[in-house]
Amino acid sequence: MKLREAATVLGATFISGEEQADMEIAGVCASDLMSDVLAFGSPRVLLLTGLTNAQSIMTADVADVAAVAYVRGKRPENGTVELAKQKGIPVLACDLAMFEACGRIFEKGLLPGSSVEESQ
Amino acid sequence: MTGERDIVLKEQFSVTGRDFGRAGSVSTTIKSMLKQIGFPPDVVRRVAIATYEAEMNVVVYADRATVTFEVTPAAITVTLEDQGRGIADIEQAMREGYSTATDEIREMGFGAGMGLPNIKKNSDDLEVTSEVGVGTIVRIKVLAPQ
Ligand SMILES: Nc1ncnc2c1ncn2[C@@H]1O[C@H](COP(=O)(O)OP(=O)(O)OP(=O)(O)O)[C@@H](O)[C@H]1O
Ligand SMILES: [Mg+2]
Repeated sequence: MKLREAATVLGATFISGEEQADMEIAGVCASDLMSDVLAFGSPRVLLLTGLTNAQSIMTADVADVAAVAYVRGKRPENGTVELAKQKGIPVLACDLAMFEACGRIFEKGLLPGSSVEESQ
Repeated sequence: MTGERDIVLKEQFSVTGRDFGRAGSVSTTIKSMLKQIGFPPDVVRRVAIATYEAEMNVVVYADRATVTFEVTPAAITVTLEDQGRGIADIEQAMREGYSTATDEIREMGFGAGMGLPNIKKNSDDLEVTSEVGVGTIVRIKVLAPQ
């Protein structure tokens, strides 16, 4: 699935990095706990999270996450978008609750990030 | 044993406790350096994840740390030596889900009790030593692909 399609499914808007909308995402990882993302996420996934501080981007960078989408109508804190631009990580925001965001993406057949890891 | 002359790269960094603004920057710097040297992405990612978890532990639980990053033809080693409260029971701290994080820390996305288990999972060798009231030393080693 392309990032652009995921954005459409989520009804999400790009806050930054829209020029990378055609990138392929390998799966999705959804969590508000950064250690979970590091433990169970796999490279090139879309991270769905309600955590909007700089650590969400730092964690994404460390874990080779492709893009970050904030859920529940949350908007990134000051400095977060700047950091994301610096790291080349697109940032999106949608109004859906985490459960519905995951449900919609899952319905479109996008596999969880962890299944990508297992097939490596 | 690896002799001094085999060291390809050696760098030192410092990490300050409670400095959430810069938290993670040492790990991402090390990550870029490894990428630049040309290590495979999975090796770079494992070192980055292990280092980041250890760096966050310093930011959350310790006062300050010196991070020594060393690359030899055989391995990548990251040693974090902190001054701080230390860990009384290392075995307990290593357990998945064990955490003493406060609500404030949890709201920042940490405190799952997965950091040390994550470090173990991503390293080929891990040494944790600690003295209560003095500090903790975490030594992470990832073997270089031969
Ligand atoms: N450098 C350190 N100094 C003092 N205590 C530490 C240090 N590192 C870890 N600890 C203790 O060990 C516990 C477990 O650490 P671990 O990294 O596994 O989980 P966490 O930091 O609580 O949560 P997470 O890493 O998932 O965000 C911590 O809650 C803390 O009590
Ligand atoms: Mg931790």
